[in-house]
Amino acid sequence: MDRILQSLIDIVGEKAVSNHAEEIWYYARDPGVMPPHEPDYVVAPRTTEEVQRIVQLANRERIPIVPMGNGMALTGLVIPLKGGIVLDMKRMDRILEVNERGRYVIVEGGTSQGKLKSYLEDHYPHLRHSIPDAPAATTIAANVAIHGQGRLTQQYGFNSDMVTGLEVVLPTGEVCRIGSCSMGPYWFSKGPTLPDLSGLFLGWLGTTGIITKVGIRLYPRKKMRDVEIFVTDRDDLVADIVYRVTHTEMVEDITVWFQPKPLMFKDNNHITIYLTGDTDEELEFKRLMIWDALREFIDSKDGGFMSVQPLKPMLLEMPQRGIAAFADVPKGGGFEYSGPITLVDQYPMYAEKVKQLASKYNVVYAGTARIISGGHAMMFGISFAFNRADPDMIDRVRRAVHEATEFALDLGGIPWKPNIHEQKLAMERMDPNTLRLMKMIKQNLDPQGIMNPGNWEVG
Amino acid sequence: MYDLKHDEKVCATCPSADCLLKCQYMEFEQDEAHEEMMKLIRGEDCRVLHECITCYGCEEYCRRGNHPFYLICERREEMGILTAPRPITNQWINMTQMQGKQKVGAVKERVMSFCFLPQLPLMGSGEIFKDLGWSFVFGAEFMCPAVHTHFAKMSVVKERLPQVLENFSELGVKEVICMHDECYGTYTSIAPAYGMEVPFRPIHYMDYLYDRLEELRDRIRLLNIRAVYQRPCSSRLSPQKLHRVGEIFRMIGVELVEREYQGENALCCGEIPRAIAGFRAASDIQRRNIQDMVDAGAQYCVFNCPACQTTLSERVVKFGLKPVHLIELCKMALGEIEMED
Ligand SMILES: Cc1cc2nc3c(=O)[nH]c(=O)nc-3n(C[C@H](O)[C@H](O)[C@H](O)COP(=O)(O)OP(=O)(O)OC[C@H]3O[C@@H](n4cnc5c(N)ncnc54)[C@H](O)[C@@H]3O)c2cc1C
Ligand code: SF4
Ligand code: SF4
Repeated sequence: MDRILQSLIDIVGEKAVSNHAEEIWYYARDPGVMPPHEPDYVVAPRTTEEVQRIVQLANRERIPIVPMGNGMALTGLVIPLKGGIVLDMKRMDRILEVNERGRYVIVEGGTSQGKLKSYLEDHYPHLRHSIPDAPAATTIAANVAIHGQGRLTQQYGFNSDMVTGLEVVLPTGEVCRIGSCSMGPYWFSKGPTLPDLSGLFLGWLGTTGIITKVGIRLYPRKKMRDVEIFVTDRDDLVADIVYRVTHTEMVEDITVWFQPKPLMFKDNNHITIYLTGDTDEELEFKRLMIWDALREFIDSKDGGFMSVQPLKPMLLEMPQRGIAAFADVPKGGGFEYSGPITLVDQYPMYAEKVKQLASKYNVVYAGTARIISGGHAMMFGISFAFNRADPDMIDRVRRAVHEATEFALDLGGIPWKPNIHEQKLAMERMDPNTLRLMKMIKQNLDPQGIMNPGNWEVG
Repeated sequence: MYDLKHDEKVCATCPSADCLLKCQYMEFEQDEAHEEMMKLIRGEDCRVLHECITCYGCEEYCRRGNHPFYLICERREEMGILTAPRPITNQWINMTQMQGKQKVGAVKERVMSFCFLPQLPLMGSGEIFKDLGWSFVFGAEFMCPAVHTHFAKMSVVKERLPQVLENFSELGVKEVICMHDECYGTYTSIAPAYGMEVPFRPIHYMDYLYDRLEELRDRIRLLNIRAVYQRPCSSRLSPQKLHRVGEIFRMIGVELVEREYQGENALCCGEIPRAIAGFRAASDIQRRNIQDMVDAGAQYCVFNCPACQTTLSERVVKFGLKPVHLIELCKMALGEIEMED
């Protein structure tokens, strides 16, 4: 038997490792448009110690190793570009501790968003986390590793800003704790007031270490949640509308979206505003504040609140499954997006670009922006749907997404969960000293270059 | 082109100007109301063009055969006055466009029209509608375009309604049971007001319900409940059918409790005023309306229009009332739907 396979079996047991064709086929790809590449092995560890031993083995043998959550980032980040081991983290899914008064939770590195959500609902009904709209099986550690955003991002920042501590297996095999948990039993701070080392792992797309435990902040779960949609047919008003709504400091999430179909959505920008409250009075007061904040647009007839009652069951879902339904517009269930982070002021240019690209590449589009930290920035998702059985359409989407990212970066935006081509585009535009610093960090943490190679590869 | 039949001479000699005098959303003295109407007729700018929340009420208040509400809509459109914000107005126009996605069942001479309301197909089932079987139509192609009057888009009504009538005509149907109150109002009020010929006999679903309940009398279990009726804006176009509510209630053992906002004095569900007059105005209408239901001691709030039901259900539940559509209420009496405790 293959020596490395045997070593992996020795670490995790026979059932948790495979080099069979079925698994190799499956782990060679993600649901996006990046071309597949096969791993040599797939391993599913259960403990930090197992992860550590696998990393030590990979170091000894100089085998690439790619940590994977649910593989849903869509941008090929878990495709093993240079083969080696895909480390499927999903079996490490225990919820280790909830500190109720400290409002944080510690979970293992493969714990899914769905599991934490239902656990909190069952055991801590006053607490919630910032759940993204990704499928419920996606993982919390991966989400912070790519600077994801969730339902509470408008209020509290990127999901990675909510990290309260990390346990990481470094590329050289050492287990390292980051934040207050490096000095004591509590996981309340990822960095402050110490040097904040969490930045060595967050946003690195699994190229600097494997997160085996993560602490994240929890937030009050109000008894009621409601939603309003403000619509305007003027792209140029969106940033101002968002500015006024965020000024109230009364809303949970804000997303802005537009799509040509169904016809009820044609030609309008939809600003979905979520509200929470413990009583009807609280909710109604907030609603009133928001209506008043937007009075001017209503009076000028440029914008107004649409009837939302029939859409509520879909809109109030967490995660919102309706988002995935977009993938089936051209039939064949695929969608891909570029999601640069940029200033809300640039909304009109982005909105225009999405429509241009859709027409140039003859693909179905949807534009969605999620507001970050009270309007400091937005993630602008330029999404295109495709039929998985149509290679030509896939190629058109790939090119459209690439052009969208180029456009965004040229306007001063930064890429979110960039695929390897987008990473290259980003690095081409980066200050050379910043690049040198990134290189220094990577070389020191991963001298053999085994962690998710091909990604954030500074030349 | 279709022109509104509104006889200005009748207004000129109108002793009451009830149309605007009775309006629940604007205050007028008698002389003012009359003068306002005359300004409207002359095509001058006036208060009503800016303040009317489109409750349809004046169509009912005018007992002299005129069409004050349609005239308001016409004048607003002529003068480019939008009632609701432009994106909302266009949203309604876009989403109700005919796209060839209509559903047509095994149509007989008598057909049920579910308009374009997704709640209605489910209601048109069971013992009451058994004889009609699959004789139904649904979709934008069969939707009464009356909703666009709220947005002062009479041009859309005049463009689409003849097409809807033509679509029915092509099916060769003789009688259309209007499951949506507003369809009945459209065929019996808007169409004649614009001189459009309706190629079938419209039947109000309440008439149909009443007749069927007569036939099924021995199967009715009296419900013994107290209920209020939420009158929709559309019923102002067919006030002659209002009596059916009380008659149907009596047949199935439902006490129609008296309240302030009933009959001519009814308040609308608030959804359209929300878009036109804003949150405060709509909340005020809804609050007064629901408080009135509660004060009247009702257990159930009975809806005629599924759109009102969607708008108000969550709110009435918060006040301890049970929301139910009139058809569902009848099905409860026939034992087809469980009564909630
Ligand atoms: C319909 C849909 C909606 C979405 N909506 C959102 C949304 O609202 N917000 C949002 O943020 N995202 C969204 N996404 C994108 C994505 O699914 C999420 O960000 C999700 O959290 C990714 O998790 P995953 O477990 O699938 O990550 P993966 O794709 O498995 O991994 C992502 C990256 O993290 C690395 N990684 C994985 N686990 C670890 C670990 N333990 N340690 C170190 N690195 C690791 C991987 O190597 C890879 O680089 C959406 C996706 C879809 C399909
Ligand atoms: S519309 Fe009717 S009620 Fe009003 S003024 Fe004319 S005739 Fe009188
Ligand atoms: S439609 Fe209603 S609000 Fe408008 S004028 Fe007539 S009665 Fe008044």
